[in-house]
Amino acid sequence: MTEPMHVETDVLVIGSGGAGMYAAIEAARSGAHVLLVDRSLIGRGGATVMAQMTVAAALGSQAPDHWTFHLHDTLQAGRGLCDERLSRLLCEEGPDCIRQMDEWGVGWARKDGRITAAMAPGHDRPRCVYVDFLNTGPAVSKTLRAVVNRTPGIRKACDLLITDLVSHDGEVMGAVALHLASGAPVTVAAKAIIVATGGLTRLYRRNSASANMGGDGYALALRAGAPLTDMEFVQFFPIGHLAPRLIGMDPIMWDPFRYKLGGRLLNGLGEEFTSRYGSREDGAYVLTRDLATYAIVKEVEAGRGSPHGGAYLSFEHCPEAELRAAFGPVIDRLARNAIDLTKMPVEVAPIAHYHMGGVAADARMETEIPGLLVAGEAIGGTNGANRLSGNAVTEALVFGRRAGRSAASRIAGTTSQPFRPSAARAALDLVAQKGAPANPNSADMIQRLQSVMAEDVGPLRTREGLQRAIARIDDLAEELGERPFGDGRRFDMRRIDWFDLRNMLLVARVVAQAALRRTESRGAHQREDFPGMLPAWGVNQVARCHDGRIDLTSVPPVQGLAAAQ
Amino acid sequence: MTATARLRVWRGLAPQAGKFETYEVPFEPGQSVLDGLRWIRANRDPTLAIRFSCINANACKECMMEIDGNTVYACTARLEPREITVQPLSNKALVRDLVTEIAPPAERFWERVKTGVQNV
Repeated sequence: MTEPMHVETDVLVIGSGGAGMYAAIEAARSGAHVLLVDRSLIGRGGATVMAQMTVAAALGSQAPDHWTFHLHDTLQAGRGLCDERLSRLLCEEGPDCIRQMDEWGVGWARKDGRITAAMAPGHDRPRCVYVDFLNTGPAVSKTLRAVVNRTPGIRKACDLLITDLVSHDGEVMGAVALHLASGAPVTVAAKAIIVATGGLTRLYRRNSASANMGGDGYALALRAGAPLTDMEFVQFFPIGHLAPRLIGMDPIMWDPFRYKLGGRLLNGLGEEFTSRYGSREDGAYVLTRDLATYAIVKEVEAGRGSPHGGAYLSFEHCPEAELRAAFGPVIDRLARNAIDLTKMPVEVAPIAHYHMGGVAADARMETEIPGLLVAGEAIGGTNGANRLSGNAVTEALVFGRRAGRSAASRIAGTTSQPFRPSAARAALDLVAQKGAPANPNSADMIQRLQSVMAEDVGPLRTREGLQRAIARIDDLAEELGERPFGDGRRFDMRRIDWFDLRNMLLVARVVAQAALRRTESRGAHQREDFPGMLPAWGVNQVARCHDGRIDLTSVPPVQGLAAAQ
Repeated sequence: MTATARLRVWRGLAPQAGKFETYEVPFEPGQSVLDGLRWIRANRDPTLAIRFSCINANACKECMMEIDGNTVYACTARLEPREITVQPLSNKALVRDLVTEIAPPAERFWERVKTGVQNV
């Protein structure tokens, strides 16, 4: 085998979305040498860049607000399962990060000089800042990229797919990677590692995320011995675009339209229907995501869906001038796709959007494994059983900043073990292995997994469906085998797919297994065979991996006094 | 009768040693060329190398290539029921098939290591 390329750093940050970039900036400002890596380009992929509009923070710029009100709403939405240490951190430090981004020139929308805030479902007052038009994510990413580029001490490496973490004596000391553009194996020695790889929405056929959100970070952490929590709670975004097909638009684009203009959600018969499920809308956008998703899926099941199997979203009652004032150039992009909102409704349906679950961490963003930290969506527990609109970008910024600081202080305060090549050997052998001559179509395998998850581990679940999903996931894992596909040359898509599937299948199994074990319905986890929330299930499920087997245990959520300590 | 798009795609690991391969892709309105390329991977040839992250939103700006001679994003180029020629960017170093080296030099790990900048 050719010797791997080897690099050394203080802090390795895996993933360059909002959380990863903020972590890199903060660690470097605290004096650490940082290597910021991404499997794709730096600061382009991930979920942050996809954010259309809202970022929640109790700024109180327009109307009085306080972070405790934001916390109250976040805990309500989480249906009793939030880790209050993390929720509190998000709400308390959110405004500071929003103001920092403002200083860095992100360009939050303003009226009369004050940052404007939109009202979003589940919040008790207007609390969500944004950048027009539908430009929040790109603006946040661009701003952070610029700060990363001018911060001394940060080195960047794109096209670097981290395949395994390297640990010895229960402590993380580096990682093994595949450099995609060359096909070369790589080892990285690091005194601290921050996993900022985002969520797992790529596990589902219809999703709103980047192609690189396949749950890599969860799998890396799990294999390194760190527990995951709340993995059954996958958030579906209720009104993802369904039809007519259009190009060059994000499927979650209708969210900002609803914030600004309300709009009417109708079934296939043209009736308002959410009141059937206990929630009236009355033209305002007030329904939380778990309830709206449930209502749409149930309506389709009852035979009252729109032609493509969703619901209608109509802005036909809005005057054209109002539409144009709210969305300017976006109206022209819709026109190029032959959509005139004054004359027709569009079809929408739930789409995998965000993961509430993730790696278990404390308020320093440290996991159980010394040297391993986590930031952003990769963390589990902050949002409990359902995340409020606007909390995702805020947690990326707040948790990224905190993780960066914690990593830097760990380096200053402890002596870590030197990197041991022997501890990286097995992972390196896997990366550098010559592939089998014939393989199944890896891209098709990913689609098959996405179908399994969409059909049986989606918004509505049953014991039978979950058991079927687990059996199919195990079949796919067998088909994948233990020998990477492809020839190992540069940009070898089959090999990339193989390593992705290795992670995706592990994470899919954890989600399905946790969903099967939770015999109740709560927030984003709805069991048709166990409707209703049970007090006994007011617990977090923690997953650990032992010799490839996943074990789940229940623990009480960190709340109240315990969270304040 | 289903319409098809004929995608003539450049394949290869070196600029001098490549060739075009043609794929028939089922056509329906409202698809992008990127959708067509992804269909080829899942249904015809998973080895086809393409670079993209965001799929649909035109947010990541990674899927830039030459389509019928124009430099465009594959996610905003409309798939049409005719022959469409798809090539890698001619002004960037080729990596493989439709993937080129589009990252700023300061982000390229390979070049840092080659030039001896190992301790990053």
